[in-house]
Amino acid sequence: MSTTAAFIAYSVLTLVTLGAALAAVSLRNIVHCGLSLALAFVGVAGFYILLGAEFVGFIQLLVYVGAVAVLIMFVILLTRPDGDPQPFTFDRLRRALPGLGIALAVFLVITISIRTSESLRAGAPDDAGVSIEALGHKLVTSHLLPLQITGVLLTAALIGAVLFAMKEDNN
Amino acid sequence: MQLEASHINSHATAPPGRLPPAVAIAIAGIVLTGAGALLNLKAPGILLPAAWEALQNPSEAPLLLKGGLLDYLEQGWISSPFFLELASIQITIATLLSLFGILFALTSLVERKVLARIQNRYGPNRVGPCGLFQPIADGIKMLIKEDIVPRGADKTVHLLAPVVMVVPALLVLAILPYGPGLTPVELSVGILFFFALGATTEVAVFMAGWGSNNKYSLLGAMRAIAQMISYELPLILTALAVVMMAGSLSPVAIVEAQGGYSMGFIPDWFALTPWGIAAFILFFIAALAEANRSPFDLPEGESELVAGHLTEYSGFKYATFFLAEYIGLFAICGLAVTLFLGGWHAPLPVLEFIPGYIWFFLKLFALVLAAIWIRGTVPRIRTDHLMYFAWKFMIPAGFVIILAAAAWHYSGAGWLGWIIATPIVLLPYLILARGLSNRYATSGRTYRFSEG
Repeated sequence: MSTTAAFIAYSVLTLVTLGAALAAVSLRNIVHCGLSLALAFVGVAGFYILLGAEFVGFIQLLVYVGAVAVLIMFVILLTRPDGDPQPFTFDRLRRALPGLGIALAVFLVITISIRTSESLRAGAPDDAGVSIEALGHKLVTSHLLPLQITGVLLTAALIGAVLFAMKEDNN
Repeated sequence: MQLEASHINSHATAPPGRLPPAVAIAIAGIVLTGAGALLNLKAPGILLPAAWEALQNPSEAPLLLKGGLLDYLEQGWISSPFFLELASIQITIATLLSLFGILFALTSLVERKVLARIQNRYGPNRVGPCGLFQPIADGIKMLIKEDIVPRGADKTVHLLAPVVMVVPALLVLAILPYGPGLTPVELSVGILFFFALGATTEVAVFMAGWGSNNKYSLLGAMRAIAQMISYELPLILTALAVVMMAGSLSPVAIVEAQGGYSMGFIPDWFALTPWGIAAFILFFIAALAEANRSPFDLPEGESELVAGHLTEYSGFKYATFFLAEYIGLFAICGLAVTLFLGGWHAPLPVLEFIPGYIWFFLKLFALVLAAIWIRGTVPRIRTDHLMYFAWKFMIPAGFVIILAAAAWHYSGAGWLGWIIATPIVLLPYLILARGLSNRYATSGRTYRFSEG
């Protein structure tokens, strides 16, 4: 991709992602917020793809847009059947201040840890894209234990969900 | 000159049923290029040899025609390489959109005709010879119908839902290998791209259901989303078996892995292996559910939910949903052809003179016909049965297929593979089918009549 095209794509993605993220926290209707969040997830996937990490980008799309965003919608509809829009006001700014402070602190920690990270100083690797074969080999050789623990955890979560959903009376 | 002009004219006059505006713009672009070619004296010298070459070499024809068109554009119109690349992309997109638009119009007619045949009726036979112009009439009807938006609807979400629905359906067409060298975008993670974009349609269905502010719409959307999430798993599991065997997520590499013939005449397609045939059947069933086709079309079950998430849509928005659903069916059938039926490869060595893209579309159309056939013969299933089937049969069967594929691979993919892999597929199938059918045995139907 030429530099101009990459720049245009980057600008559009930035605008879309930031706009959608802002909309997700400021819109009045909570379902609109959820949909904006889904759009922000799409934008992040676009960044991954733009950076050459196609695998991560499409997994982001599959998991975050296809599953997490839809799950958020389900939760919204199941917990708020009326779905009445909540007013977004600044009259409780004093209450909002601790939240803002925490958000700022988290953001600062992330920024500092990224700025001081080793991998940032190492520069870009010669091989731009990581092949899926390499990823898979790493996953089942050096990272086998975390993979299996994640699998056990997810299975436990699945069984737990089934137990919750099961009917109690069995007659 | 004559040949090229008539080719362009046929594009312009074959009215392609219900097409989105993008296709109309693309076709207008082709017509304009044709008109420009008529006025430009350089055109015959470049376009005619390309067309002649394409006629002589049909297996390379699409690439040769595109090359000729690009040569012409380079000499007559566009000098910047950036815009030339853009034009090259545009030509591919326009060809794909018009091709699938025409296929959509054709399929909507074929479906009605075949269903009518199954149900002992005539089907559409008033518009044109044998009802051939029915898709055009349908398209015009859809275009001129009033677009009704319910007063309580969320207008933005209601409007955006068909758009969000149709975009991924069209985008996934980009990674399918239509023939040797005829893959619009050769993506190394193409299969993943397909499923990732397929997952985003769930958001569109939710938008349609919630934005309509109608309980039938919302219930239908919830059902549709639950169904799509459930059937995505067997779809991905069966595709995973193929990815394991081909050792790649690239559709082109998967098709190439299925080239060649064993014993001189049996094609090496994945569907002709013990695990592959089981995977293909599972994949096709899950694909029908994913495309909301009968017998899994209960999100639109009209007897209980009016039309599900489509209840409050009319006119062109409804047509857009309809288009997205059919393009989605074509795409997933195309993926089934790529994964299991050898993509562009000919079924017999003697038939290899027929170009690969013709084989691809023949196989695609055969699968679409099978889907129509199933729609005409199988009744719609109940929503709880649908979930039981997905989670208790399809997903375990998907895992078994992965196991069988591994056994097939490590036993040398020959007669020993057949002996080992066949029981691995068949035994769990029998156990699952027996076990589940006993648990949900049908009892005799009790009829209750009104007394009095």
